Parts: sequence; structure tokens; C-alpha cells
Amino acid sequence: MELLVASAVGILTAAGIYLILRRRSFPVILGLSLLTYAVNVFLFATGRLATAAPPILNKYEEAVYTDPLPQALVLTAIVISFGMTAVVVMIALGAYLSSRDDRTAMPAEAEGAGEDA
Amino acid sequence: MNHLLIAPVVLPALVAPFIIMVLRHHLDLQRIFSVASTVLLAGIALTLAAHAADGTVYVYELGNWPAPFGIVLVADRLSAMMLVLTSVLALPVVLYAIGSGWDTRGSNFHALFQFQLMGIMGAFLTGDAFNLFVFFEVLLIASYGLMIHSGGTRRFQAGVQYVVFNLLGSTLFLFALGTLYSVTGTLNMADLAVKVAQLPAEDTALLRAGAVMLLLVFAIKAALLPLHFWLPSAYANAPMPVAALFAIMTKVGAYAILRMYTLVFGPEVAATAGLTESWLLPAALLTLAAGAIGVLGSKKLGRLAAFGVVTSMGTLLIAISLFTQTATAAALYYLVHSTLAAALLFLVADLVIERQGPWILPQLPMPQTGLISALFFAAAIALAGMPPLSGFLGKLLVLDATRGTGLAAWIWAVILSGSLITIIGMARAGSLLFWKGHGLPLENLDTSEEPPLEQPPARPASLPFAACFSLLAGLVGLTVFAGPATRYAEATAAQLFAPAAYIETVLGKEAE
Repeated sequence: MELLVASAVGILTAAGIYLILRRRSFPVILGLSLLTYAVNVFLFATGRLATAAPPILNKYEEAVYTDPLPQALVLTAIVISFGMTAVVVMIALGAYLSSRDDRTAMPAEAEGAGEDA
Repeated sequence: MNHLLIAPVVLPALVAPFIIMVLRHHLDLQRIFSVASTVLLAGIALTLAAHAADGTVYVYELGNWPAPFGIVLVADRLSAMMLVLTSVLALPVVLYAIGSGWDTRGSNFHALFQFQLMGIMGAFLTGDAFNLFVFFEVLLIASYGLMIHSGGTRRFQAGVQYVVFNLLGSTLFLFALGTLYSVTGTLNMADLAVKVAQLPAEDTALLRAGAVMLLLVFAIKAALLPLHFWLPSAYANAPMPVAALFAIMTKVGAYAILRMYTLVFGPEVAATAGLTESWLLPAALLTLAAGAIGVLGSKKLGRLAAFGVVTSMGTLLIAISLFTQTATAAALYYLVHSTLAAALLFLVADLVIERQGPWILPQLPMPQTGLISALFFAAAIALAGMPPLSGFLGKLLVLDATRGTGLAAWIWAVILSGSLITIIGMARAGSLLFWKGHGLPLENLDTSEEPPLEQPPARPASLPFAACFSLLAGLVGLTVFAGPATRYAEATAAQLFAPAAYIETVLGKEAE
């Protein structure tokens, strides 16, 4: 299971970085989403992997329980990354609609005056 | 005192939604509430600083849960100082934005401004590494909105770059936190400090990886050289008053480096020894050099001011990267100065840009050219670190603190030649903008309009000037009261390098 989770995080990260390096808004946004999936799985695994163990201490039986804190961290991270994805989609859409160009690199500074601020 | 500690976070967090939901269509009321909230924040920050000045560490436990399990807010001298700096910076900036009409050029300026303040205040107060991430996100989300305020193609394009880069930084932040958590089992900073010090020395590979990733994240925020390239285009294309507020955001990165690398990964901790010294200082030197060259080569006033921020971050990080008590005291004094100076330069740049466009070219004298050129001169000598303003004292303190370290010759050479290049760049821009225009032959100019001199200014523009002069007054005050200011900085540095009291206060109630 460790191997599976670790390679999943690795593959997601690699794919995310590859897409971000494409420097077009849509691949970049997809790449960021893949990266946040990778980081969420990674955070989830930081409390050690365990199956079928409850995330809270059960006082009625001597059961093992998993670390609840990573689950809380992942929840927060998911909410934040969701909001961030919405923001970046809106801004990228605004940039595309106003410039008709979906490259995320800045165009070179034009020489001379006469351009809007 | 008890609940005052959380007020800097709660107050803007209440005012901002109120402005959005209730006052959406009442610009005047929005302005009143925004200014009142900022004034109140300044009052709260000053009260907190007065309490913390005697060296007491104040802890606020959210939901009354004791420290390693619950979330805590901590106010010590450093946090209180940063809170005061933020509120003192925010007040002129919001007044300027109102006076120059920037807040009418897009929607929700004041609400975003308050959210931004909330994030910054929270980042300075939190005593928990994960909450540091959360507050970073709050201030970043607000800054995305402010950065593209009033729109425009270039601003949107710069905004996309800024957002994507910061999202990458946030992802790296989470990876770093996950690594630290998997090693130590805690994310409370004081608890981390205890756990990291107890870790066996041979078992620290993962911890070192986490610490390096964390340093990279803070270096992104602080615009350290290989990671600085987002800053000039983002700041230069943001509305100038917003960029003036952003002057504190690079300092959030510097603050986080100071906090984490004195408290958790302190110089004497064996697990992470030698982690920062080897490359933080060279990177800071290169940052200063790159910033100075950028100032010299800028064709637009906004970029000039943005590279000014890069130079000041270079100087600041040189002082921080030494991790000695005297150097940290110098860094803190310079931090206050450079924030105010950079903000002043951005506001003056906006005054010029509003009158004659963003390019540094010879132009006809503009309305109020005398006042603006005087302000530009003051901002330039402040940022370059010339006497009589506090930049000179700050650089002197930094230079003095590097005496005796192995790399002193390098540091002196880079800081002094960086200052010289900055002065030349500023002088070039100032003389092109304010002097060269007087010699322009009149027939070359567009005479279809009235000459700008005879037009009355579109608005009664006293408020922007008041904002600029109050920032300048802050710089002058920092110079005049340099004695008390450096004493406070030294006491703060002493507190930072003796973290036992901090750790005891945060974890104390649990040990009892």
C-alpha cells in the first residue's frame, strides 16, 4: 500500500509540474489541480497509513485509531485549494478574454510610450 | 488584554463582509468604515505593542484548548512590532486610495483591503505552522483581487502569473508542513521547537528536507533571488496604492524566516545546523545586486519602485541570514524603514503616473511638480539609504553587524555598490522626469490640448499628498527616534534568540 500511495503522489506531482510548464492557462490550471491532489494525498499519508481504523479514539474497545489531525489538515487544504482553483480560473478567463491569448508568460515590454498603464 | 489579542484578526474579518453585504452601493459609507477599521486596528496594535514591550509573551488559546492540541495566537515583541508596522502602513495607503479615487475604479476595493489586513495580521500573530499557511492563503486571495483591481490586459496577464506562482508556493508549503508533521507529529511552533531539539541527530534527513522546503516557500514570499522573478511584473502592474500595501507582504516572508529559523530550527539545533548559512547569504547578496541593476534599467516608474523593493529585501535578508543577535536587531530596524520607504516610493510613482503616464521620459512640467519631485527625492534617498533619512542608519547598522564575520568584505562591497547603483538609477529617473522636461522645445509638443500646467487638477488632491507626507513623517520619526527604535529592535532580537520563554509560555499551561 505504501508503494502505491507513494507512486501515486509522485506521478500526480510529475504530471502536474509537466502541465504547469506548458505555460498555457488551461494546462496550467489542470496542472495546479493535479498538484493539489498530490499534496492532499501526501498530507493524508503523513499520519501513517492504516486501513479500517477509526480517526477518533474509541473508549469502548481497544481498537487502534489513525491520527485525526492529517484528516483535519486535508479538509482545510481541500477547501482552500478549491477556492484557489476558482480564483485562478476566473483570472485566467479574464486575461484570455481581454487579450485573446492564453499564454501565461508576460509579453515583452513594448518600447516607447503610448501604451496603457 | 485577554481578548484584545484576537481583535486584529476578528475586526477586519467582521468589517469586510459587512462592507460587501450591507454597504455594497454606498461608497462613502464603505470609505468611512474602512478608514475607521484601519484606525481602530492601529490603536489595537499599539496597545498590544505597549503590553508586549516589556518582554512578556501573550498567548491566546482559541476555544480554550491548551497549546499543542489547540490553535494559539502568540504576541511577543516581534509580532507586536509587525502589527504596528502593518497598521501604520495601511492607514496612509487607504487614505491615498480614497483621495486618488483608486477605490472607485473597480468593485470591492475596501472589502479586499480589509481581508488583506486580516491575513497579514493573522500571519504575524499565529503560533501554529498550519495556521500560518491558512493566513498566507487569506492574504494571498485578497491580494489576487487587489492585484487585478480595475482590470486591464497587462494587469490580468501579470495577475495570472502572480496567482499561478503563488499557488505553486502554497503547494510547496503544504508539502513542507506534511513532511514536518510526519517527522515530529506536531505543527505548533513551540511544540515543534521542543520536538526538533529532541530528535536524534542521525534521524533528521526528512526533517532537513522539510526545513529546506519551508525556507524555499518563505524565500518565494520574500523575493529571494532565484525566486524573485514574479515580483517586478506583479508589483509594477498592480495599482500603485495596492503595491504600496504589498510592500509589507514581502516582509511577511522575512518575518516567517526569522520566526521559524530562530524558534524551531535555531542556530544551535543540531538537526538542521548549517542549513541556511551556506546559501541564504549568497542568495541575498545576489538579490541586492539584481535589484540595483533592475532599478538602473527600468523604463517604467512602477518597475523602478518594484526593483527598489527587491534591493531592500536583499539588504534585509543579508542581515537576517547572519542569524546573530546584532544583525537581527539591524534587520528589524531596516525592515520597518524599508517597508515605509518602498510604500512611499510606490505612492509617489502613482502621483507621477496619474499625471504623465508610466514611462520614465522627459515630459512637460506637471501640476504640482515641485511637491511631487520633492517627495520623489525624499523617497529615493530613503530607499537608496542616503543620509539624513533612516535608510542610512539602517544600512549602517547592517554593515556594522557584519563586522567580524568571514564574508564581511563581500557584504560591504555588495551593499555599498548596490546603494551606489540604486542612487544612480533613482537620479536618472528623477532628472529625466522632473528636470529634462523644462528644456523641451514647446513646438514638439502636442498643442491641440491646453498645456497641462494651466489645467487645474481634476480633483482637490490634498488627501494623496497628506498620505505621502505622513509616510515621510514616519521615516523622519524613525530617524529622529532611532535610539528608542534600535533599543526596541535589540530587545526583540534578544527575545528571538532566547526562545525558552516563548516555548514555556505557549506550552506552559499544559505542563502544569
